[in-house]
Amino acid sequence: MKLINEEGLRIDGRKFNELRPIRIEVGVLNRADGSAYIEWGGNKVLVAVYGPREAFPKHTQNPSRAIVNARYNMAAFSVDERKRPGPDRRAVEISKVIGEALECAVFTEQFPRTSIDVYIEVLQADAGTRIAGITAASVALVDAGIPMKDMVVGCAAGKIDGKVVLDLNKEEDNFGQADLPMAIIPRTQEIVLLQMDGNMTRDELDQAVELSKKAAMYISGIQKEALLAKYKSQEQEKEGESSE
Amino acid sequence: MRAVSKSADEIVYGLKREYLEKICAEGSRIDGRKFDEVRPIIVNRNFVPRAQGSAEVRLGDSRVLVGIKIEQGEPFPDTPNSGILTTNAELLPMASPTFESGPPGEDAIELARVVDRGIRESKMIDLDKLVIKEGEKVWVVFVDMHILDYDGNLIDACALGAVAALLEATVPASKVGAEDFPLPINHVPVTVTFAKIGSTMLADPNLEEEEVASARLSIATNENGDVVAMQKGLSGSITKEELFSAVDASIKLGKDIRKRVLGK
Repeated sequence: MKLINEEGLRIDGRKFNELRPIRIEVGVLNRADGSAYIEWGGNKVLVAVYGPREAFPKHTQNPSRAIVNARYNMAAFSVDERKRPGPDRRAVEISKVIGEALECAVFTEQFPRTSIDVYIEVLQADAGTRIAGITAASVALVDAGIPMKDMVVGCAAGKIDGKVVLDLNKEEDNFGQADLPMAIIPRTQEIVLLQMDGNMTRDELDQAVELSKKAAMYISGIQKEALLAKYKSQEQEKEGESSE
Repeated sequence: MRAVSKSADEIVYGLKREYLEKICAEGSRIDGRKFDEVRPIIVNRNFVPRAQGSAEVRLGDSRVLVGIKIEQGEPFPDTPNSGILTTNAELLPMASPTFESGPPGEDAIELARVVDRGIRESKMIDLDKLVIKEGEKVWVVFVDMHILDYDGNLIDACALGAVAALLEATVPASKVGAEDFPLPINHVPVTVTFAKIGSTMLADPNLEEEEVASARLSIATNENGDVVAMQKGLSGSITKEELFSAVDASIKLGKDIRKRVLGK
């Protein structure tokens, strides 16, 4: 399968360094302490944050800081062939690395003995669900008022038809040669999540990391705009009420 | 802010971390190794002759036993002309006071999946040659990793044990009326794991180092020096420079281990 045409464009018409469209909405759930919804290409992911609240069971409590618990879950209908509900081994691993990555950014020492629970629900999957999930999760954490160094941003690069490109879609992920999901803290440029499968030379790896880092700065802007949009619309509602 | 009372364990942990960070900053490690030096490796092949391949690995004082079973099974519907690789790790309660019996927890699952990724993504096994009857019957390669003694860096010990055992494995084709044949191998991946202490990346961390590390990074490379799989762990971050210093070291150490230990 050919993934890049003669003009250097990908099957969905993107350039090598082009992201799929990303849209984030904040405060989309009523009961949760914080929430966010992200559409990233064909990915649709909903995130809820609860906490900080008393960690349970008690032996999981850390007397000097909060624990960040992420649960990444795919809906049965989110993929082509129905996925058996409940966490499989892949979901357990992804939950673990997302929780660890978010913990890098959260000031956990401010909330001893508590847990901050992050529920990531993939409603529709289109490659890159973990990075869409972590990007929305940091926005939901802000929505819940959790103090952080910065919002973590996820982004992936990979290799298709021997060329390093940004943000693989489903076909590119299936038929490409490598995928490198990553998450960074934009303010410090620290890498907090990093996985890779496939085959890349050291130079290709360098290009991929650079592409993702650049894109992450742009996505960071989308996160901030989404948060601003929520508070702007609240302000407008208030003004509307007072003029009545 | 409310004063937090600390338990004795935490105070000891804090002291250990401070001490290890200090000696790393001064250029040394707790067991006297260089930053990019791995512990002595002993591989004992064919430890379990009843398995189709096996290897016992001692990496310093860590000890794991990997057994390969190759059995007939149905192919996955999306890969009807391919054999199957499945990997599992058991953190046996005998290996550490902190391991508990029961179904695999997230640590065991991550361990198995990181080892699996190194083998799968390097295309080590030629799975296309493991078809018995197209779309109906294929060979399933089970890689089972038993952790016997835990002194840090189980990922590298298990990955090395799995690769060593697979290199020796035989497909029991006589069971289906053909001749037994060696498991078809294309590549030889080697995984090297680093622990970040302070701002130093230490190759092959022992338990004491692993316990105080802020981040962990595993890198699998093939014989061409290409990177085939990576995994960052723990709740600390790494910089791009630290990533590439580890990539360079893993290519170098991978080459050495592949030749010296695996004879490839």
